[in-house]
Amino acid sequence: MQPFSLTIHQATALLRKRELSAQELTRSVLDRIATLDSHIHAYLTVSAQEALHQAATADALLASPSPPPLCGIPIAIKDVILTQGVRSTAGSKILANFIPPYDATVVQRLRTAGAILIGKVNCDEFAMGSSNEHSAFHPTRNPWDRSRVPGGSSGGSAAAVAADLALASLGTDTGGSIRLPAAFCGVVGLKPTYGRVSRFGVIAYASSLDQVGPFTKDVADAALLLQTVAAHDPRDSTSANIPAPDYLHRLAHGVTGLRIGIPSEYFVEGMQPEVQAAVEQAIAQLTSLGAQPVPISLPHTAYAIATYYIIATAEASSNLSRYDGMKYGYRTPSATGLEATYYQSRAEAFGSEAKRRIVLGTYVLSAGYYDAYYVKAQKVRTLIRQDFVDAFAQCDLIATPVAPTTAFRLGEKTNDPLTMYLSDILTIAVNLSGLPALSLPCGFDDQQLPIGLQLIGQPFKEDVLLQTAYAYEQATPWHTRKPPL
Amino acid sequence: MAYETIIGLEVHAQLRTESKIFCGCSTKFGAPPNHHTCPVCTGLPGVLPVLNRRVVEYAIRTALATQCHLSPISRWARKNYFYPDLPKGYQISMYEMPIAEHGYVDIESAGTNKRVRLTRIHMEEDAGKTIHDANNDTSLVDLNRAGVPLLEIVSEPDMRSPEEAGAYLRTLRTILQYIEVCDGNMEEGSLRCDANVSIRPYGTSEFGTKVEIKNLNSFRAVEKALAYEIQRQQRATHAGEPIVQETRLWDANREVTRSMRSKESAHDYRYFPDPDLVPLVVEQSWIDTIQATLPELPTARRDRFVRDYGLPAYDANVLTARKDVADYYETAAHAYPSDPKAVSNWVMDSVLRALKDDNLDQQLTITAWPCPPEHLAALVRAIHDGHISGKIAKTVFDAMCTSGQSPATIIAEQGLAQVSNEDELAAQIAHVVAANPEKVAEYRAGREKLLQFFVGQVMRATQGKANPQLLMDLLKHKLAADK
Repeated sequence: MQPFSLTIHQATALLRKRELSAQELTRSVLDRIATLDSHIHAYLTVSAQEALHQAATADALLASPSPPPLCGIPIAIKDVILTQGVRSTAGSKILANFIPPYDATVVQRLRTAGAILIGKVNCDEFAMGSSNEHSAFHPTRNPWDRSRVPGGSSGGSAAAVAADLALASLGTDTGGSIRLPAAFCGVVGLKPTYGRVSRFGVIAYASSLDQVGPFTKDVADAALLLQTVAAHDPRDSTSANIPAPDYLHRLAHGVTGLRIGIPSEYFVEGMQPEVQAAVEQAIAQLTSLGAQPVPISLPHTAYAIATYYIIATAEASSNLSRYDGMKYGYRTPSATGLEATYYQSRAEAFGSEAKRRIVLGTYVLSAGYYDAYYVKAQKVRTLIRQDFVDAFAQCDLIATPVAPTTAFRLGEKTNDPLTMYLSDILTIAVNLSGLPALSLPCGFDDQQLPIGLQLIGQPFKEDVLLQTAYAYEQATPWHTRKPPL
Repeated sequence: MAYETIIGLEVHAQLRTESKIFCGCSTKFGAPPNHHTCPVCTGLPGVLPVLNRRVVEYAIRTALATQCHLSPISRWARKNYFYPDLPKGYQISMYEMPIAEHGYVDIESAGTNKRVRLTRIHMEEDAGKTIHDANNDTSLVDLNRAGVPLLEIVSEPDMRSPEEAGAYLRTLRTILQYIEVCDGNMEEGSLRCDANVSIRPYGTSEFGTKVEIKNLNSFRAVEKALAYEIQRQQRATHAGEPIVQETRLWDANREVTRSMRSKESAHDYRYFPDPDLVPLVVEQSWIDTIQATLPELPTARRDRFVRDYGLPAYDANVLTARKDVADYYETAAHAYPSDPKAVSNWVMDSVLRALKDDNLDQQLTITAWPCPPEHLAALVRAIHDGHISGKIAKTVFDAMCTSGQSPATIIAEQGLAQVSNEDELAAQIAHVVAANPEKVAEYRAGREKLLQFFVGQVMRATQGKANPQLLMDLLKHKLAADK
């Protein structure tokens, strides 16, 4: 078995037994990147030298009695997550040459765990998008069909894992940006409870919605990677001061007696029939494993998209104000005077989607509109969240599709932003409610494109999600399939 | 038509915490540009604010000292605008839910007492400093100050004259100094003031159009600017011109207010609750602890000085205008409790004057006194015990200031002890009397003013050390006696 195709657990077993060295593993991944990434375009920056250097250190640690949990494992990082000394662009021209002077907390934790930071992967600009087509640099391709999108905004993170260009990766999810690409690329993607993982050092898009989460080849790996980054961070005031449980401990616990809510509103008109069929089949599978399906209703689902695109853009319009050409990032060479420098730097370096959201967000916060839009949206958000609170009185977790369709073609939805926004229709309410959710493969359509199953959990109950996902995964063949590359 | 003046003041006080409000950088003044900075206060991508608890403590102290109602829950808000010294493109402040409201400050102006109500108090972060270099057509930004904690204190439009405004500012500053949350130095920028002023005909209740005045860098500037602006508005109104609602800058050189040059369209700050911070919950138990440890406030201390030391109101006011002076006085008065008024006189007349002469009163908290309070007390005691005369005491005081020695040491070294020995004085008197028989005769014949001549003669003979009272008594007795 090629080292690049291993899971974290498989690789760790070999590394600990010294049947594989960290340098071999890293080189295997780097070589694959060198041959394959010109077709996938998952990476923006490959840290080859740095990675090999880290791998050498890892090999020394592997010789010691207790190496750290991710010792020698190559992991890719979404380019909105800051890595000290390594270019971090947020997929934007405005930060095309930005070298951060500090690490995000999650990156620090990965380093301490011994991981190899193999490079930075592509995403929609400032995490705004559902297809990775809004990266200022290039779109990333879906490894299963390179004429199609990998999903977004963490398209590079998902594609890298699906194509074995990293053993795992970190992405971010604000409206579905981990779960959607995970579904489109046939990998496991997990969005933790809001506050579970530190946002310090993560370039902010929507502060009350953003969360960092893992992309992995299987559920056990996701549990391990989550364990590494789930911790209170005093540098993040929104970080929950709740200790993380042992996610691996009860992974194989099974689903007997677990009540799985099935919301009618999530099986939408116009869904791709194979998607619906695959998800229903997955629910049936879980039932046969001992779970109990419970029909539920989340009545305010229809308002989630509008609510999200008011709140997220409002926060984003403010978060992106610091990109003004003054201190770092792109400054227009052609303006004189303060106002002109502001206008031109931002006009020249922001992409159209980022501009669209800044304008929308500024509008909903502006005098005369704040109450009608922003305040109203926050109230609806409370109702959406309350739907879930009520539902969880009757069930332990909720199962739905991730998206109405499988991966669409590049260029298919870029002409109409609103059509693109509808891709998030099944994931977005989860962020508004701060809940944890994951996506894992549950089948393929007749084009051999992956279909994802979404599991939504109660706050801080990622362990329940993982144990459910694990039971399903182990009873099905999907996680062993690889794209034809 | 007589016009009434309506004045409200908005004060920004820099809080004297060690660190900035949302990061651990130092607030210390005077460092090289961009020296006290970090990713958080320079607004790098990915950073997040973490609240400094001491800032909240100082805000609570201030709220308690001004009788405000403290909100159990208050919210941070983003105030969005673009300027190079505002790194994030927004200032973290408070908007709809401030930490404190509805307090007051009692002031004294033109002999009357008045209450100035406070609308609200909230916390926010300061911006950095922009320096415009006209020669090179560039602007330079120093972010040392970005993130320094500020308290914004907004008054109701309760003031009716520039004098009242000045009294309010001075009273507020003294309070802030007493509770040790702010240095209160307008010239250095640790206390800033914007003024809002309008006029209306006496007897009406509707407010006129208000004008905001900025760039006020001293108490005098506030009073002068207000006086000028009131005149300007009155003249304009008399001439039938409408008052434009605008912001005007005080020009300290020309002593006028001027409309701001660039067209300032009203800013829409798009305030919204900051999603990076949780609502601030202040527990009553914490408030109680702070209340219990609040230093004695200026008015309370002033009243206590009158009551316990028997000082006149004037003295009490002067001595309590600064906390460090009040502390000094009390230390001296405790060292010599027999005559608090005498101690007060010496502090007001000599100590404060010496401070001013040496520019030591410019210190925000005086640490270098002309002489320690214990020495001052010893000096007063020496006068009271008849050890030295009041006149000689002034010489001793000056020597104390330059040498740092105690009065006893100086008196001994320079032999300044008063001559109170009757025999010695009697001998001196006899000597002078014998040497001036004509004058003695004239005195006895009725020229009583000549007593001063004899006093002067004995004083000269004793290098000024004769006990004046005793000398007078003995002289009168001697001159009257011999026939």
